[in-house]
Amino acid sequence: MDRLRYLLGGLGTTLQLLTCSLAMGIALGLILVLLRRSRIAPLRWAAVGYVELVRGIPLLVLLLFVYFGVQSIVGLRFRISEFWAAVSAFGICYGAYIAEVFRAGVESVPAGQTEAARALGLTPWQSMRFVILPQAIRNTLPALVNESVALLKDTSLATVIAIPEITQRARLEVARTYDTFGVWGSVAAIYLVLTLGLSVLSRSLERRQFGAHHRRPRLA
Amino acid sequence: MPIIAVRDLRKSFGAHEVLGGISLDVHVGEKVAIIGPSGSGKSTFLRCLNGIETPSAGTIRIDSTAAQPTDGSPVRPRADTGMVFQQFHLFPHMTAHANIALAPHRVLRLPRQNASDLADALLEKVGLADKRDALPAQLSGGQQQRIAIARALAMSPRVMLFDEVTSALDPELVHEVLQVMRALADEGMTMLIVTHEMRFAEEVASRVLFMDHGTVVEDGPPAQVLRSPESPRAKAFLHSVLW
Repeated sequence: MDRLRYLLGGLGTTLQLLTCSLAMGIALGLILVLLRRSRIAPLRWAAVGYVELVRGIPLLVLLLFVYFGVQSIVGLRFRISEFWAAVSAFGICYGAYIAEVFRAGVESVPAGQTEAARALGLTPWQSMRFVILPQAIRNTLPALVNESVALLKDTSLATVIAIPEITQRARLEVARTYDTFGVWGSVAAIYLVLTLGLSVLSRSLERRQFGAHHRRPRLA
Repeated sequence: MPIIAVRDLRKSFGAHEVLGGISLDVHVGEKVAIIGPSGSGKSTFLRCLNGIETPSAGTIRIDSTAAQPTDGSPVRPRADTGMVFQQFHLFPHMTAHANIALAPHRVLRLPRQNASDLADALLEKVGLADKRDALPAQLSGGQQQRIAIARALAMSPRVMLFDEVTSALDPELVHEVLQVMRALADEGMTMLIVTHEMRFAEEVASRVLFMDHGTVVEDGPPAQVLRSPESPRAKAFLHSVLW
């Protein structure tokens, strides 16, 4: 019981890593999908290049690069905290994944919607903001939850830069007690409970999809 | 001075020429029905007038505004044409009222309250005031199309373009949409109507165009074009359609 309490002491850090990285990933994903649909070709290329580049780098390597690699360049004057290094690495990586999710969502909105918006005189940006994105994001909610599940599990990588999240605490506990089976088993169970919770959320969102357009939205 | 002046309008998709040189003048208050077999370029013609498609060549002047760019520069949809689509294309995440109020508020920059009042007035006009807060999914096809007409009218267009607006409707819902269009015609709105409703064309239109293979083959009063067409293609088409 004491052990569980100790391990769960890392839960807050894990969830902070998750929410901060997710927020950054979503923001980055939105920017990337807008660049991707830009009229200016170099911006589109940049967005495609970013996604291809980031998806080709193992997250662990990216994390080590951001924390140790970048730190070695900026020197000791600017210390990058472990936490924000991890959030940056996760955000950079998941920004690319989430951009692809959003792109699928935007492409799932029928072309007639854009035509109707443009026919009314809305600018490309206005039709994106008021017509396409609200529908696209609603369509992508379940997929977005799936990305969160993956991200939640990936936050365990943060242990390599000694952030005291759940996995890091488990390593310390193992070093103290040598009960490898019990400790790692407990940690696995904790992650399982968390991811199952998110999956349930995803299911209920998917179910609500069918009735999604029956919600009463605000004016314009 | 015609409200619409089209000169040698051409549109190709790749090597496929859809519009092969259309010239047309439409005057204020005219109701022009455009008929013809599918693939004849009727819809593409309307979409060029509205700016959804960029012409490959030729000029379009609507209400003396500048010609449509043909150099591939971004399409600038015209605020002075209202477009109604076969598939409605209402915004499914917005209420009927919000669908109508969106463009006046965001494009014409009407204050929110004025745009809202305008939307209510238009809902009244198309007979759907009681559906103000309904989402498109909760409305019948005919109701959705009437909302779509109201949405286009909200931009105070000088010309209304109707692209087969009853073709996607169940037969018993066609009437209510045509009634709204008839009322608009009676108010003197300039209308271009791509339609397969020959009876409606005969009754409401002041002029009928028959299009085939991207050109206007016949152009005249309904009685002439619909009842005694000159070209063999128009004869064959009118003979084969039900009305």
